[in-house]
Amino acid sequence: MADVRKNPAASAISAQNLVRRFGNFTAVNDVSFRVEKGEIFGFLGPNGSGKTTVIKMLTGLLPLSGGSAFVEGLDVRTDSEAVREHIGYMSQNFSLYYDLTVAENLQFYGRIYSLEPARLKRRIDEIVQLNGLAPYLNRLAAQLSGGWKQRLALGCAMLHEPTLLFLDEPTAGIDPVARRQLWDLLFELSGHGITFFVTTHYMDEAERCSHVAYIYFGKLIADGTPHSLRELPDVQPQGTLRVEITTPEVTRALRFARHLPGIRSATIFGQSIHALIEDRFNLDDLRNQLLKNGIAVTEIRPLAPSLEDVFVELTYKHQALLEAARA
Amino acid sequence: MHNIFRGFGAVFYKEALHVRRDAGTLFFSLTMPLLQMFLLGFGVDTNIRQINTVVYNADGRRESRELIDRLKNSDTFHILGYVENDHDLNDLIIAGRAHVGIKVPVDYSDRLLHNMSAQVLVLIDGSDSSVAGQAINVSTAIGLDESLRRVVQDRAEFAVEMRPKLLFNPDSRSPNFFLPGLTAIMLLNVTTFLTAFSIVREKERGTLEQLFVTPVRPFGLLLGKLLPYLGIGFFELCLILIFMRFLFRVPIHGSLLLLAILALPYLFAALSLGILISSKANSQAEAMQLAFLPILPSVFFSGYIFPRETMPALFKPISYLIPATYFINITRGIILRGAGIKHLWTDGLALFAIGTILLIIAARRFQNKVIMA
Repeated sequence: MADVRKNPAASAISAQNLVRRFGNFTAVNDVSFRVEKGEIFGFLGPNGSGKTTVIKMLTGLLPLSGGSAFVEGLDVRTDSEAVREHIGYMSQNFSLYYDLTVAENLQFYGRIYSLEPARLKRRIDEIVQLNGLAPYLNRLAAQLSGGWKQRLALGCAMLHEPTLLFLDEPTAGIDPVARRQLWDLLFELSGHGITFFVTTHYMDEAERCSHVAYIYFGKLIADGTPHSLRELPDVQPQGTLRVEITTPEVTRALRFARHLPGIRSATIFGQSIHALIEDRFNLDDLRNQLLKNGIAVTEIRPLAPSLEDVFVELTYKHQALLEAARA
Repeated sequence: MHNIFRGFGAVFYKEALHVRRDAGTLFFSLTMPLLQMFLLGFGVDTNIRQINTVVYNADGRRESRELIDRLKNSDTFHILGYVENDHDLNDLIIAGRAHVGIKVPVDYSDRLLHNMSAQVLVLIDGSDSSVAGQAINVSTAIGLDESLRRVVQDRAEFAVEMRPKLLFNPDSRSPNFFLPGLTAIMLLNVTTFLTAFSIVREKERGTLEQLFVTPVRPFGLLLGKLLPYLGIGFFELCLILIFMRFLFRVPIHGSLLLLAILALPYLFAALSLGILISSKANSQAEAMQLAFLPILPSVFFSGYIFPRETMPALFKPISYLIPATYFINITRGIILRGAGIKHLWTDGLALFAIGTILLIIAARRFQNKVIMA
C-alpha cells in the first residue's frame, strides 16, 4: 500500500487509518488508501462491507471515529463545506426530481452550487452537449429511460466542474450499451484530469479501472492496479497453476474434477471450467484422466487470474484469518 | 461561503415547481378542509333542538293538549306522533325512533281541576347524555312554569325574574363556535401533511442524500422547503376566512391583519412539526400515520370541542403543549370577541416558542438520524 503520509495535497484522496464506529460495531476498520489525480478508482466489496460509509466519511457527511482524510488537499474533518465545492456525487438511484423536467433538474442543481447565471447557462449548454441531452430538455425526468436518467444525473453532478466525482454503483440496472457509453465518457473526462471514485459489483468494470481496492467487512484487503493484484502471491500461490478446461459437459466435468487430488478449486464459466491446480499436474495427464472417465475435452490452456479470482481468493484467505483469530 | 442560508433560493425554486407539478395533491389538501368546514358548519349543532318525541295522551282534554303545545313550542321537542298505549310508547324509544316519550295520565285534567298534583311521565333515552340532559332540563322547567302559573295565576310578573343573556354568540349559533376553532385544526392538517410529505418523498427518492453532499446548508434547505408551504397555509387561511364570513355568516369582530400576523407563528409550529415527522418517517405511508398522531390531541385537548376547564387535572398540562390550544384562543378571540394584540400576544409568543423548540429538535434529529445514518 502507498505511504499516505507523504504530501496529502498532491493526491485527490488521501485516507489514513480511517475508522468509523456505530456503537459497538466497527463499520470501517483502519482503512488507508490514496487516489491520485486523474485516476479511475474502483472501490469494490460486498453489500454492507463499508463502501457507502467510506464515501460518507470522505464527503464530510459522517465524522471520523479515527484517522484522517484529505480530499483535494482539504481536511474533511475541518473543511467539509469546501470539500463539497470540489466534489460531485452520483448515487445509484440517480437522485433526480422526477416531477421536474431535464432542464429544471439542471437549473436546480446549478443554483444549489450558486453558479453565476452566465456560468450556469454556459455549463448547462456544455453538459447538454456532452451528454446529448438536447432532445429531452423539456421532458420530465420520470419519463427518461435508465440510461438517460444516468446521463442527466451525471450531468447534474458535474455542473459545478468538480475535480473529483464519486459514482456509487453508477451502472446498476442500466443496459449494456448505456454502460459502455458511460465508461467511454468516464475515460474521456479522466483524460481531462477529473478523478473518479467508482463503486461497482461488475468485475468487467473493475478491470477497466486504473486502480482498484476491495473492502471486506470494514477491512481493506486489496489495493493496487488490476495487474498488480493478479500477481499477488495469495492469489497465485507458489506451485499452482490456473487453467481453463473447455468441455461440452461442464457440469459432469466439474463434479469429477472437484474430486481429483491436486485440484485446489474449480468453478464453471459458461462452456468451460476455471481451475486452480498444483503445477506438478501435467496438463496432458489431466486431459487423459477426464477422457478416461468419458468426459470429452475440447481444450485445456493456462489462464491468468481474473479480478474476480483475485477477490474470491483474498476473501477466503481473510475469512480463514478471521476464523483462526477467533479460535 | 459562510452564509448559513446557502441553497435557500435553489430549494425554494424547486419546491415551487413541485407544487405546480402536483396540483392534484394541492387541490385535495386545500379542499378537504373546506369539506370538513361544510360538514361541521351545516351538520353539527351542539344546541339540542327538535328531539324526536312521541306522546301518549291518555287524557286528551284541553288541559292536556295545552301542556303538549307548550312542550312543542319550546323547540326542544319535536312531536313525531301519538300512540295509544304504554307498550307502543316504550317500543318507539327502544327502537331509537324517539328519544323522549311523554305520557299524560288519564286523570291529568281532573286532578288539576281539583287542585291536586298531576304527574306527567317523561321517558328519556339516556344513550346520548347531552340529549337526555336537555330533555330533563326543559321538561322540568316547563312543568315548573306550568305549576307556578297555576299557583300565582293572578299576578302578571314573578317577584324575581332571571333573564339569561349570552355574550359573543347571542344566538348560540354553532358555526360561530365551531368554525374559528376548526380553522386551527385545518391549518395544522394541511401544513403538517404537506411539509412531511415533501421531505419524505425526497428521502424515498434519494435526492435528500444528494442534497447533503452539496454545499447546501441545512437552514437553507429547511427554509426553502418551509416557505412555499407557509404560503399555501396562508392561502388556505384566507380561503377559510372567506367561506366563514360569507357563506356561514360568522361575524368577524377583530382585526384580520392581527389574525394574519398571529397565524405566522402557528404555521411555523405546524411546519416544524411536519419536519419532525419527516425526520422519523422513511416512507410516505409512515409519514401519513405519524401526521395523524397530533390531530386527535389537537381536537380533544385544545378546547376545540370540549372546554379546557372541564379537563381532568392530568390533561390540562397537555393542552399547554398543543399549538392548536393557543391558535384556537387567537381565532375565537379575534373573530368572536374582538380581541386585540394586548389580549393575545402571550398566545403568539407561546406558539413561536413551541415552533422554535420543534424546529431545533427536528434539526437535531435530521443531523443524527438522516444525514449520518
